[in-house]
Amino acid sequence: MLDIKGLRASAGEKDILKGIDLTVKAGEVHAIMGPNGSGKSTLAQVLAGHPAYKVTGGTVTFDGADLLDMEPEERAQAGLFLAFQYPVEIAGVTNAYFLRAAYNAIRKARGEEELDPMDFLDILEEKLKLVEWGPEIMQRAVNSGFSGGEKKRNEILQMAVLEPKLAILDETDSGLDIDALRIVAEGVNKLRRPDRATIVVTHYQRLLDHIVPDYVHVLFDGQIVKSGGKELAHELEAKGYEWLTGVPEAVSA
Amino acid sequence: MSSPVESLVNREYKWGFVTDIEADTVPKGLSEEIVRLISAKKQEPEFLLEWRLKAYRGWLKMTEPHWPNVTYPPIDYQDLIYYSAPRTQKPLGSLDEVDPKLLEAYTKLGIPLTEQKLLAGVAVDAIFDSVSVGTSYKKQLGAMGIIFCSFSEAVREHPELVRKYLGSVVPTSDNFFAALNSAVFSDGSFVYVPKGVRCPMDLSTYFRINAQNTGQFERTLIIADEGASVSYLEGCTAPKRDENQLHAAVVELVALDGASIKYSTVQNWYAGDEEGKGGIYNFVTKRGKAARGAKISWTQVETGSAITWKYPSVILQGDDSVGEFYSVAVVNGRQQADTGTKMIHIGRNTRSTIVSKGISAGRGNNSYRGQVKVLPKAAGARNYTQCDSMLIGNRCGAHTFPYIDVQNPTASVEHEASTSKIGEDQIFYLKQRGLNTENAISIIVNGFCKEVFKELPMEFAVEAQKLLGISLEGSVG
Repeated sequence: MLDIKGLRASAGEKDILKGIDLTVKAGEVHAIMGPNGSGKSTLAQVLAGHPAYKVTGGTVTFDGADLLDMEPEERAQAGLFLAFQYPVEIAGVTNAYFLRAAYNAIRKARGEEELDPMDFLDILEEKLKLVEWGPEIMQRAVNSGFSGGEKKRNEILQMAVLEPKLAILDETDSGLDIDALRIVAEGVNKLRRPDRATIVVTHYQRLLDHIVPDYVHVLFDGQIVKSGGKELAHELEAKGYEWLTGVPEAVSA
Repeated sequence: MSSPVESLVNREYKWGFVTDIEADTVPKGLSEEIVRLISAKKQEPEFLLEWRLKAYRGWLKMTEPHWPNVTYPPIDYQDLIYYSAPRTQKPLGSLDEVDPKLLEAYTKLGIPLTEQKLLAGVAVDAIFDSVSVGTSYKKQLGAMGIIFCSFSEAVREHPELVRKYLGSVVPTSDNFFAALNSAVFSDGSFVYVPKGVRCPMDLSTYFRINAQNTGQFERTLIIADEGASVSYLEGCTAPKRDENQLHAAVVELVALDGASIKYSTVQNWYAGDEEGKGGIYNFVTKRGKAARGAKISWTQVETGSAITWKYPSVILQGDDSVGEFYSVAVVNGRQQADTGTKMIHIGRNTRSTIVSKGISAGRGNNSYRGQVKVLPKAAGARNYTQCDSMLIGNRCGAHTFPYIDVQNPTASVEHEASTSKIGEDQIFYLKQRGLNTENAISIIVNGFCKEVFKELPMEFAVEAQKLLGISLEGSVG
């Protein structure tokens, strides 16, 4: 599904990704771990096409298409979804309106008919259950005044509605309490299907107790320095990143 | 590499066509002769000529205001044509007699002059250059005693009303541009709603400047008698020309005891090109006077004009009167806007609400200028002001100049202000959800303007949303 070869990217003058190779097949869950500043979030943003990053080398194919040649919205329409680490607030636009606009934009791009508000509501009701939310959340402005946990749940709700082929969760666990973590993880698990894949970007092992990965990759200084099965995450939890990087890790919250 | 947003091409101003139509114009320049000539062409009564001359003489002694936060080269008032009318053989009896080219121009504008729009229930008066070309729906309104006609017709048919109310809210001496308008205005719209009558439909005027080197000086006078109510819509466009065109209109609203007037504008005059060449100078005086228990509500969506200088205001003269101002002002390219409102609280328990949304993009410069004045007798007066600015890109400006003057200790005045910036991050978020740049900006901006748009009549709100999308295309970079 996703094939990354020798991907290099920079922000301004600074090289951040220094040759990433990664293959993700349908049905798989990959975890990308690594210390702060290793390039995890950059990888997620580059795959989604954030304009702040410049790709300086390598190729990425997504379902046979050249991903790097696509606009961010084309990537989304092709089935790539990024759950943001810092979801953006949009004042005055209700969650319901935003979600339907996104849903219809993607349908339209695929040559499917757009849904009217009533039909969309039916779909929405189903998806809201997944994140254990009532309908009132839909009338609030997108992420405005949402708590950190609510914002992350809203990302998962969007993912549930848009049903991407490849979902990239960028530090979705940061800032979540235990209950929110469970809701978010269960939501993701319920969306797992043999024809879909997930990349979980995280600093900590705890999310991976809930979303169990097939593969774990450790990113350090813009390169994948070790790959393994889910047991690698436990090893990291026990030994810390210093074990792989040789660099003492700064204390972080 | 330019950002994907920047590379979106600025769409052409689609209303920029010129209609080739024979026009009756007066020579360039302004003098007492010209004022007399205009008045004579319009076969006006003596009182009006005197009124114009008084305004003209007053104007000669006034100087152009330079306190607004805008810059432009000096205007040569002797280089303008002060009257231009589509040439017609005889007075028009019905729309069928209107020059087909004119109707074609309105069709291009999407203007509701014909049957289909009548069915939609909007009565329309259209001002082409300076002359009113047709007022629809007149008979139906007439049966209720509502007068909706061109200003010239009102002068002919209802001189007593014109004489009584013209200049009663904006006197000839009010300001430089109002004085100029008073001297040379050629037409405009007139509305009178009699006592206790609720006007059953929105009344609508469409203004268009066509001829070259012409100023448009229209005059609108709306009177809602005791207990009456009316909603009035105004739309504006102009052809693309390299020269700047001057638009100096005056709108006066008179709301008598318990009356209500809602005045909505969607202004989309040509804004000039990217380098700031051409475009309309929109120097407009709009003011309403609210008597006891009356309500005046201004809603404006300003997306056009090279320069906008406009402060729709309410004089809250009667006790318990209410004034509202809801505004969206958008500047892009080299546009400059200095706009806001004045709420003058004179009566007791008067209330006013100001909601201003300024959007600045490109190299645009947007200033909110508002005055809330509570006079000594206005016990219990209340004002709420909310003033939000949104910046798109790094080269635009947003400024806020609130003036608050409270002379009564029981008054309460609130002012809230915010400034935000649409960034690549916000747009990227929406793009990541499958929306293209254009839709992303449109969603963000419409969300920002929501409180104002909900005040607009439905069909206008839809138009305003579309217009906003177009105005801001290619604005992020």
